[in-house]
Amino acid sequence: MEFRTKAKLITSEDLRRIITRLAHEIIEKNRGIKDLVIIGIHTRGAYLATRISKKISEIEDDEIPTGYLDATLYRDDFRKRLKQPEVQVTNISFQIDEKNVVLVDDVLFTGRTVRAALDALMDFGRPTRISLAVLVDRGHRELPIKPDFVGKNIPTSIGEEVRVKLKEVDDEDSVYLVEQVGGSIT
Amino acid sequence: MNFKSGHLLGLEYVDREDIEVILKTARTFREILERPIKKVPTLQGKTVVNLFYEPSTRTRISFELAEKRLSADSVNFTTAMSSVQKGETLLDTARNIAAMKIDMVVIRHRSPGAPHFLAQNLDANIINAGDGAHEHPTQALLDMMTILDNHKKIENLKVGIIGDIAHSRVAISNIHGLLKLGARVIVCGPATLIPREIEKLGVEVTYNIDEVIKVVDVLNILRIQLERQDAGLFPNLREYHNYFGITRERLEKASKPITIMHPGPINRGVELSSDVADSEHSVILDQVTNGVAVRMAVLYLLAGGENVTV
Repeated sequence: MEFRTKAKLITSEDLRRIITRLAHEIIEKNRGIKDLVIIGIHTRGAYLATRISKKISEIEDDEIPTGYLDATLYRDDFRKRLKQPEVQVTNISFQIDEKNVVLVDDVLFTGRTVRAALDALMDFGRPTRISLAVLVDRGHRELPIKPDFVGKNIPTSIGEEVRVKLKEVDDEDSVYLVEQVGGSIT
Repeated sequence: MNFKSGHLLGLEYVDREDIEVILKTARTFREILERPIKKVPTLQGKTVVNLFYEPSTRTRISFELAEKRLSADSVNFTTAMSSVQKGETLLDTARNIAAMKIDMVVIRHRSPGAPHFLAQNLDANIINAGDGAHEHPTQALLDMMTILDNHKKIENLKVGIIGDIAHSRVAISNIHGLLKLGARVIVCGPATLIPREIEKLGVEVTYNIDEVIKVVDVLNILRIQLERQDAGLFPNLREYHNYFGITRERLEKASKPITIMHPGPINRGVELSSDVADSEHSVILDQVTNGVAVRMAVLYLLAGGENVTV
């Protein structure tokens, strides 16, 4: 499958401001950082979680526990894939019981990754509340899942894709809208 | 890519890239074993049969745990309590099990090639858990995982495999795997227990254990099967211990600490002395922990997706 870039939706400047805003919103909604923990979904959600967590620490002048979660093993499309997705290490080195967990992912699409991540989290304990922060909400939900904190709403068509690039893995900070070129079966 | 075949029959047929994927995946699975709830729903709805034609405690329990940790349904079949006693052939047993709609078969059998035979005749993923003196791929994978825990990479590492090479599927699988990952492998044991022309696999052969100890980073010490003595392949256990047993005195002559591995069950005072088995450089129990993680990785990677033959 080939893809053509249609537009750059978020620049590195935009991204920096979005992270700052999300950090403020999370603190405001939680009324401080008491019992607040941040958990990012691998791969890019984990990097975003680290950035948001850092920003919150700057604002409130205190560290907050930050962890990383791989939801692959809880996915429902396991049998449909031809090749197994690579599993990454889950690292949650703190108790999540009685905590307010903010789950972070890059793009919210069908909601199936978040569903899997929720199941995975439940195996680690019983948080007081779980809320969801995403950089991009592109619509097309297949499950009743709604984000609490959104970086940017980007309505898309089903043939399009949102590509998030982060310096930690991609050498740049930006979000692109790409489109599939031609049909998938040729 | 061998995963496409849907089977793990031996490391001889798995390329380096796939071995590395298995080892990397196994590392992530080890984290699950540390969680409060040591179970993920990944293989829900899959049924695995553990077909063990030879006695085994460790490997069978390890596979069974790996299956349960991934939420597969598992059924155990051991020959002592089965229709094999009534004269049923392997193929008939397998066909009957297949008729019960299973997805994967883990097989241990005394005949080399038994897993291959099942792979040709059954519509299921086959995992070799030891076939005669041929291969025991998951053991070699867990050995390599344990080596990687203690040394950063396998490339250019010197690994000694000591003991009964001729009757050891663990040795053969380790040789294939280690050489593919770029290690130097030295085998050592009594001449009667080293197959002729084993050099052709790419290993070095020596009959002097002290020479091996001088150069290696890792020693994988094989179990001396007591029944081999009756076959007259070496005079007695004490003599074996004197010539090839790994002892503290011998290890003190090494220039660096050597990682001590053993596939178990160990014969204390035969292939290695008790103080070596319990020493700080012994990783024998880490091997057992890694065994569960490696088997989870293999089950996960083989079970995924449709069985495509591209």
